[in-house]
Amino acid sequence: MIAILDYGSGNLRSAERAFATSGHDVVVTSDANIAFEADGLVVPGVGAFAACMKGLQAVNGEEIIRKRISSERAVLGICIGMQILFSLGEEHSQDVPHKGVGIWDATVSKINAPILPHMGWNSVETASDSVLFKGIDSQSFYFVHSYAAKKSVGLRQAWTTHGERFLSAVEDDYVSATQFHPEKSGAAGLALIKNWSNSL
Amino acid sequence: MSLSIRIIPCLDVTEGRVVKGVNFTNLVDAGDPVEMAALYGIEGADELTFLDISASSAGRETTLDVVRRTAEQVFIPLTVGGGIRSVDDVDRLLRAGADKISINTSAIARPQLIAEIADRFGSQVLVLSVDARRARTASGFEVTTHGGREGTDIDALAWVEKACVLGVGEILLNSMDADGTRAGYDISMITAVRAVSNVPLIASGGAGALEDFAAALDAGADALLAASVFHFGIHRIGDVKSYLAKNNYPVRTTTMK
Repeated sequence: MIAILDYGSGNLRSAERAFATSGHDVVVTSDANIAFEADGLVVPGVGAFAACMKGLQAVNGEEIIRKRISSERAVLGICIGMQILFSLGEEHSQDVPHKGVGIWDATVSKINAPILPHMGWNSVETASDSVLFKGIDSQSFYFVHSYAAKKSVGLRQAWTTHGERFLSAVEDDYVSATQFHPEKSGAAGLALIKNWSNSL
Repeated sequence: MSLSIRIIPCLDVTEGRVVKGVNFTNLVDAGDPVEMAALYGIEGADELTFLDISASSAGRETTLDVVRRTAEQVFIPLTVGGGIRSVDDVDRLLRAGADKISINTSAIARPQLIAEIADRFGSQVLVLSVDARRARTASGFEVTTHGGREGTDIDALAWVEKACVLGVGEILLNSMDADGTRAGYDISMITAVRAVSNVPLIASGGAGALEDFAAALDAGADALLAASVFHFGIHRIGDVKSYLAKNNYPVRTTTMK
């Protein structure tokens, strides 16, 4: 079973349906036990970094994520759900960055590009041994964000360029994350979801 | 490799059906929105836009249902506009499955609505739809309401600049003079709006020949919206993308089934 963590981030309907195409049962939940026990936990997220952290804390999400990783259970962060896995986020607060969950040590900062948000379909440079991008490494994925991490973390990375190069995905044993929205990336996104759910 | 330009078919929806008229009159029924959305997804649309032109609240409820059914089977971004007046309206649409919403008249009536939506849901969900026409305002472009039927005396460029400060994430620039004519996008209007904004810009109104799409990109558009040329099969989305790819514009090719 795949659990999608509901911590007040609005549109989870298409995420639910997209993950269900993998053949797994999918539940949208804010229940800590269900979120901990599921074979895979998806941490979605739209909105601002600090608001997401606040929502996450309200459902004990930080603890659930840490506990799952230490007990070798898969977690997939999407978009802001990826960003909050880093140690610091500068969105709306450059001088005193917001604290993230801190799974990876890097700062999520504004992308240096003339047009923001980075909105639309962009390509990814993937690692040759990637699990997430197996068979779809030449495809484009749908991005909507203005901030990103730019430092290499985890075992395998994917990179995308908009104004500058940033981390568009990380695979790190039990925790993975994508800066783009696989649930909005058409057939390529569904294939990535399938790759992840097959690894559970 | 870089960010691809986006091709966005727009479906005008009323009472659960798709309609599109020339200059917003003479409506012609062009089908079921959910089916059309799925078809456009397969054909390579990079996003979809629904514009709800229902006059009644019952019609708007029907639209919520259309949004729900679309989001359940079409896994590309969906923008919904029309009749959105409050943060609660936005909340309902996002929960139904919309990824972005576009506002127009309600933001003109109360610009603070832009900041309220951006604060609650983030700028990335908020598209400012600007229906503009040639007029004697400072820049030569005026904002209109009610599908271009009513002028506001508001200068379109000043409005765009103000809306960017208030927090819109994207601009949908619709030329009321060009809309439905298939005589080409309003290139000088696109150039002018591009110059005063730094959020993504969607050009709309007037798409006809394949060259029109390229001209709008050259003027600074990041995405191209069109309705009748797609609905009536004058061009397939794949034709537009092949043409643009051949001319070295970055497009997303959909090689996967």
